[in-house]
Amino acid sequence: MKSLGLKFAIAGAAAAFALGMGIAQAADKTKVGFVYVGPIGDHGWSYQHHQGLLALKKEFGDKIETTHVEKVSEGPDAERVIRQLAQQGHKIIFTTSFGYMNPTIKVAKRFPNVYFEHATGFKRAKNVATYNGRFYQGRYVAGIIAGKMTKTNTIGYIASFPIPEVVMGINATYLGAKSVNPNIKMKIIWVSTWFDPGKETDAAKALADQGADVLFQHTDSPAPMKLAEQRGIWAVGQASDMKAFGPNAQLTALIDDWNPYYIRRVREAMNGTWKSTDVWGGLKEGMLKMAAWNKKIPADVVKLAEAARDGIISGKLHPFTGPLKKQDGTLFLKAGEKISDKALSAMNFYVEGVEGSLPK
Amino acid sequence: MDLVANILIGVIIAATPLVFAAIGELVVEKSGVLNLGVEGMMIIGAIAAFATTIETGSILGGIVAAIICGALMALLFAFLTQTLLANQVATGLALTLFGLGLAALIGQGYSGKSAPPFPKLHIPGLSDLPVVGPLLFGHDFLVYLSFALGIGVAWFLNRTRAGLIVRAIGENHDAAHAIGYPVVLIRYATIMFGGACAAVGGAYLSIVQTPLWVENMTAGRGWIALALVVFATWLPGRLYLGAYLFGGITIVQLHSQALGLKVEPQLLAMLPYLATIVVLVIISADRTRARLNAPASLGQTFFASH
Amino acid sequence: MFRIEPRKEPSTLMLYATPLIAVALTILSGFVLFTLLGKDPVRATLLIFYKPLTSFYSLSELIVKATPLILIGAGLALCFRANIWNIGAEGQFTMGAVAGGAMALFLFEVEGFWVLPSIWIAGALGGMLWAAIPALLRNRFNANEILTSLMLVYVASLLLSVLVHGLLRDPQGQNFPESRLFHDAALMPILLPGTRAHVGFAVALLAVLLTWALMRWHVIGFQIKVAGQAPRAARFAGFSGKKIVWFTFLVSGGLAGLAGVFEATGPVGQLVPALPVGYGFTAIIVAFLGRLHPVGILLAGLLLALTYIGGEGAQIAMSLPAATIQVFQGMLLFYLLATDIFVNYRFRPAPMKTAPPSTPASPTAQ
Repeated sequence: MKSLGLKFAIAGAAAAFALGMGIAQAADKTKVGFVYVGPIGDHGWSYQHHQGLLALKKEFGDKIETTHVEKVSEGPDAERVIRQLAQQGHKIIFTTSFGYMNPTIKVAKRFPNVYFEHATGFKRAKNVATYNGRFYQGRYVAGIIAGKMTKTNTIGYIASFPIPEVVMGINATYLGAKSVNPNIKMKIIWVSTWFDPGKETDAAKALADQGADVLFQHTDSPAPMKLAEQRGIWAVGQASDMKAFGPNAQLTALIDDWNPYYIRRVREAMNGTWKSTDVWGGLKEGMLKMAAWNKKIPADVVKLAEAARDGIISGKLHPFTGPLKKQDGTLFLKAGEKISDKALSAMNFYVEGVEGSLPK
Repeated sequence: MDLVANILIGVIIAATPLVFAAIGELVVEKSGVLNLGVEGMMIIGAIAAFATTIETGSILGGIVAAIICGALMALLFAFLTQTLLANQVATGLALTLFGLGLAALIGQGYSGKSAPPFPKLHIPGLSDLPVVGPLLFGHDFLVYLSFALGIGVAWFLNRTRAGLIVRAIGENHDAAHAIGYPVVLIRYATIMFGGACAAVGGAYLSIVQTPLWVENMTAGRGWIALALVVFATWLPGRLYLGAYLFGGITIVQLHSQALGLKVEPQLLAMLPYLATIVVLVIISADRTRARLNAPASLGQTFFASH
Repeated sequence: MFRIEPRKEPSTLMLYATPLIAVALTILSGFVLFTLLGKDPVRATLLIFYKPLTSFYSLSELIVKATPLILIGAGLALCFRANIWNIGAEGQFTMGAVAGGAMALFLFEVEGFWVLPSIWIAGALGGMLWAAIPALLRNRFNANEILTSLMLVYVASLLLSVLVHGLLRDPQGQNFPESRLFHDAALMPILLPGTRAHVGFAVALLAVLLTWALMRWHVIGFQIKVAGQAPRAARFAGFSGKKIVWFTFLVSGGLAGLAGVFEATGPVGQLVPALPVGYGFTAIIVAFLGRLHPVGILLAGLLLALTYIGGEGAQIAMSLPAATIQVFQGMLLFYLLATDIFVNYRFRPAPMKTAPPSTPASPTAQ
């Protein structure tokens, strides 16, 4: 009984301490933490999340205090960094890479009063929310433009690793292009890296050499865009507006716009209405935006693309609508059937028409 | 036929940064010093060239800046290992760590900027020939420099008295010192030459190949260059073979994927490394030949006791 | 001018003073660096070197971070002492994690006292197997081990990537490239409750002790020293060079493999592609900073771990870019390496005989 009493005493003291902290913080600023996998200067994924941090600063001014840690590997270091942020009184922490999923869950168990936001994962808890962008929507729209703009009927695609996110992007691009150009072909190169400008350039060159005149990338550096500019072909930017690297080449870009989401969630954290949610936002929610169309895209193509975009926003159009077959010919969506989010987020096959085989 | 030419051009561009970095390291190792900091010197070259080109608009200025900064990084290594007799392996690793950090720090203001296009050689008539034209007469001058450098290094090491001294020092620094050669001074020179070459390799990456600046953009090429030197058993000619083989495997695997051939990219990505080991084994198995070229005092600290 | 003179015996004073001098010089240079970047230098320095020592949690993380460095460093010191250049510990670390992790997945939800030992043994064997390749190639084909062990680092990390994308992928993981989380019986027992500090640290201390005893008392330790310092003498004495290559590679590979499996079943708890974060390379620096002495390696491992933890703290507290921390660490390493010379050498004013003979006015001219 004695030990039980002791436990209560400790719990009481801890609660009082936590309460004290809470009061101290209410009068103080709300601390917001960010963990990035890359350097801020990658001009892709981490860069775009950092834009979100800057937007928060602008929105809330000195009501909040922001902290970021960059280049945190998805190995053993992640848990420590996240935990340190939690320990130092951050109210809400954004962990912005898939590999932070289990560390985030682990730390969250220990800090029930801190809100955690994990990007691209699928594990949630009472104080862990997840969020991700429906980037495939943008790829579908860009695919339509590409299908119309290509002279060689060949799209080049630089892919990183065969995870569902990347696979659904390839399929969506193909379906978009196919919907306006029945002769479209797609050449896919897997570079087995998220970030190696040299290798990405080499892959882009190989694709261009083999006749691709529109390049897509699912890697993080602006190198492929730069190459498209040099070669005088088209390209679609990834994660951020890459116009600076390809003023003539960029047809459009998929822009991850985390700002509205971040602002909303931090506000909720500040006024106590935060709840664990699973947000998969796309064009409709504004989490994904399309960069300004290239001026050289003819008006009728712009019309097609905007119709698709508006259709997706209104919910009338879903890029993955049946009848749709897998590459091997088996039917997986009946006519008129829309793919479920669950099936989409575990996609591990090419749709019919995409050539080559998906690496394991 | 055009595709073949394009693939070959791709190989040349992928191999050139490796050639620069490796040929410099070859000279360093021939003088008996092992500098594992190639990656760090390359990335410093990449940012120095990029930043200078952006600021001055002069590509040549950028390359000169890379040479100077690379040599300065190497000077740091030389001072530590030659004057203060620090261990070469550890110092080289520290140099890489330091270089990657310093380059990232300097480069903060430069990501997102674009360098002017690099001029390519164009000889009317010759450069316009089908296939052969672009393959032989249509490159940037650094590609030709990379070949000239190899020939120059081979000539220097084998045909000049200075080259003989470098080799003698790499073979047995105590004996060379006893004869009266300035071991430390010459090693300072070779190390700085190596740093300058590595930096030009990095500059090629940032102002010709991609051309842009992003952190960590060398992505391990410095290590590959180190491997190439040993792969080549310290022979410049074989070094080109290695660099082009390495670049070739990379480029050909990318192209074969684009052609729709069934490949497992990660297994393919292992190929260059496995190939290097296999070729090394074949070459080294012939003991006499391997030993002829390997500098005997490689990596050992030299101290003049008298 | 000064000239450098070898000491008859290593200076004990300098042995202890040089690391302090190096840290002092780093702090001094750090002041310049941080001031140039417009950051408060005092605060940054305290955050890096002092703050992590003031809380229980960061001390426990110091142990987590130092464990693989010390384990690998202790093994590498044996190689380096014998003038054998295993610089592929990173690959042996990875293969240890792969083999041990595969064993843990194979024994998924199996309970029993033998589960943990089998996972550890699998990890050590994985590392040894990977280290055996360069050892074999060197002994059999005379292939340079620097190159082969380094190349195998890349192969190992790609192999890990292939496996977590396929064979070892979590069946419930929505195709993401990660293994499932290991079950509790496979995880490293925790040393300090509420932290991630695991018994691997005790194993690392044991490794330090054993390698120290080995070098001091065992005949193979003696052979390693002779082979490293006087290869010719070793040959005359009839020591088998091949045996030493095998021994040092297998021991260092085994320890690196253990470090790998500890990391996978300890702080990470699953196999992920980003598992190798460079411990194998950092451990080389640790081995040299520790002057290839087991106790030195223990201290060097802790010091490097401190700068990592403190560096993260400084990033969090002051928004210092990660690159600044890297530069700072690089400087620390340079100073540590540079001041090493004072242990075995001393600086003396150069004797005047180097003065040109044409200056007879020189008072000390003979």
